Amino acid sequence: MFFIGVYGFLTRRNLITILMSVELILNSVNINFVAFNRYLYPHKLEGFFFTLFVITVAASEAAVAIAIIINIYRRFTTINVEDVDTMKY
Amino acid sequence: MATFSYTVWILIIPFLMFILLGLAGHKLKPKLSGLLGTSGLAVITALSYITAYLYFFQTDKIDDVFQKITAFNSTWLQLTDNLHIDIGVLIDPISVMMLIVITTVSFMVHIYSLGYMKGEKGFERYYAFLSLFSFSMLGLVLSTNIFEMYIFWELVGISSYLLIGFYYEKPSAVKASKKAFIVTRFADLGFLIGILILSFNTKTFDFITLTDPAGPAIAQGSGISFMGLSVLTWSMIFVYMGGVGKSAMFPFHIWLPDAMEGPTPVSALIHAATMVVAGVYLVARMFPIYALSAPAALNVVAYVGAFSSLFAAVIACTQTDIKRVLAYSTISQIGYMMLALGVSGYGEHEGLGYMASMFHLFTHAMFKALLFLGAGAIIHAVHSNYMNDMGGLRKYLPITHLTFLIACLTIAGIPPFSGFFSKDEILAAAFSHNKLLFAVEYAVAGITAFYMFRLYFNIFWGEDTRYDHTPHEAPATMTIPLIVLAIGAAVSGFIPFNRLVTSDGKVFESEIEWGIAVPSVLIGLLGIGIAYILYAKKNSLPDKLAGTFRYTYKWAYNKFYIDEVWLFITKKIIFRYISEPVAWFDRHIVDGTMNAIASVTQVVSFRIRGFQSGQLQKYAYIFISGAILLAVIFIYLWH
Repeated sequence: MFFIGVYGFLTRRNLITILMSVELILNSVNINFVAFNRYLYPHKLEGFFFTLFVITVAASEAAVAIAIIINIYRRFTTINVEDVDTMKY
Repeated sequence: MATFSYTVWILIIPFLMFILLGLAGHKLKPKLSGLLGTSGLAVITALSYITAYLYFFQTDKIDDVFQKITAFNSTWLQLTDNLHIDIGVLIDPISVMMLIVITTVSFMVHIYSLGYMKGEKGFERYYAFLSLFSFSMLGLVLSTNIFEMYIFWELVGISSYLLIGFYYEKPSAVKASKKAFIVTRFADLGFLIGILILSFNTKTFDFITLTDPAGPAIAQGSGISFMGLSVLTWSMIFVYMGGVGKSAMFPFHIWLPDAMEGPTPVSALIHAATMVVAGVYLVARMFPIYALSAPAALNVVAYVGAFSSLFAAVIACTQTDIKRVLAYSTISQIGYMMLALGVSGYGEHEGLGYMASMFHLFTHAMFKALLFLGAGAIIHAVHSNYMNDMGGLRKYLPITHLTFLIACLTIAGIPPFSGFFSKDEILAAAFSHNKLLFAVEYAVAGITAFYMFRLYFNIFWGEDTRYDHTPHEAPATMTIPLIVLAIGAAVSGFIPFNRLVTSDGKVFESEIEWGIAVPSVLIGLLGIGIAYILYAKKNSLPDKLAGTFRYTYKWAYNKFYIDEVWLFITKKIIFRYISEPVAWFDRHIVDGTMNAIASVTQVVSFRIRGFQSGQLQKYAYIFISGAILLAVIFIYLWH
């Protein structure tokens, strides 16, 4: 699931899809946290807390990212990353 | 016992006046700024006279010795625990005497300038510079240590530069000011080296410690030797080099005649009475070291002085610009003072030369300032510097004529004017020490009388030259200083210097030695007589004489080509063989390295800027491949 996310991040040209890939990466990390916590340190709760934390951050990150994408669309009338290359040399 | 702490104001007042006139002068009326400067100087003149009175007559002497009093002192730079540079005020016989000389002449020049500089552009600038000069010169003589003296020494140099270049629209004035500054600066380099060697060896800058005959400074430095002379001697020779530059001794005399481009009162103040004797003052200040542990350096002082006085006197006979004649005469008279110091010993009657030198410094300041101011009045009336344009002026300028005559008689050493007394002391000191130097000075006394009266007869006697308008006597602001200085020049010979200013502060008895005085008066009269025959009436004798000694005359007229020698040394040798390679090194090696670094950076950055493509996914791709690569390295190779 992590590598599906990475693959999507690298290959898709649409910003929305890239954002979805990022969410995939984050979720894969979450599942990893929960699973490892459950099997390696069953009496501790840090992994679960961290997962909750990541979910919160992911939610706000998605909100910010979508706001940025909307602004990019307004400015360039496209959400294709290859066309957004103003910040080069 | 007075504490003299008020003497600080002698320095503060002219400095404040300089700031006031320099910053706000253009807003004041010119006349007001002139009066302000003059009144400021009147105050410090009064203070100086009070100081002198209190010091010489009211302060108790200890063991019959005038005490050196540090009136004010504050540490300015602490270099090491016991080496520090102070700023302070030192009161002792020579500094008090210099106070009198400087403030008197400066005050007279201030008054005189009110008339002479009237209507000139930059009147308030002129007074601001005069105040700056008075400040730095007074600071120089009141310095408590050699480093403070060096600071004021340079300040005097810069104010001299500013005043010589006062007419800055005139290219010759600009050139002269640059020449004066650079030549003296060059000599001051020697002074600085001397200070460094001296303070390195004696671990102090302080004059009182340095010149204490029983102190550690004199004993310490003389131990180590270098090339046959002790290190102390070398340092004193270097210090003297600074004095040679400032006092326009051979071979650094070339700037002084050119410095006559400045306004005439400035020449009177700076280039006759005060600044140029700074070198003499310097030697006098360090005198115990010279006399007790660096006799070789003292010999250098004596011979340089004697040579300069002869050399300048010969040149003075051929010049036609009256200010230049006076300039060479100044060099010659300062040579006298240097020689007197050089032949002097330390203590009581041995220190006759020292006393004579200070005496001559005092009387010379009076009569030379008078001569310059008189020359200024003549130039003011005739509008020319050349004596060929003058003649028969005694009818038109009676006051100037009379005062100029007094000054000429004084410098020629005719009794009862002051020059007679001081010159007699110098000749007596030289006679008892070194017969050769005595002979030189004896000849110079005759030449001096000759060229001064050549000047006098050419200007005031002879036939009437046709003037465009009738010359008229100068205004009262100019004649009053002339009269005051003439009185000073006439009577200052009666001041008992042997009771006031001596090498070790003790009183000694000295009287006029008639065996020397009578011949010296005779040779003075002889010089006057020759001048009378040659110049009092127009005749062809001078031209004939010049024709007979054509080459000598031409050499002397061209100042023995010393200027050309210096030009050759600087342009052909220093510039070509030192400055040009250095410039080449700077331009090609130093600059080249810097340029190479810059261009390499530029080329490399052009190559690698392609990475900043702005393609987000390319960045991410590289980032992730890097992460994977690192992960692989950590997992498989980290053991």
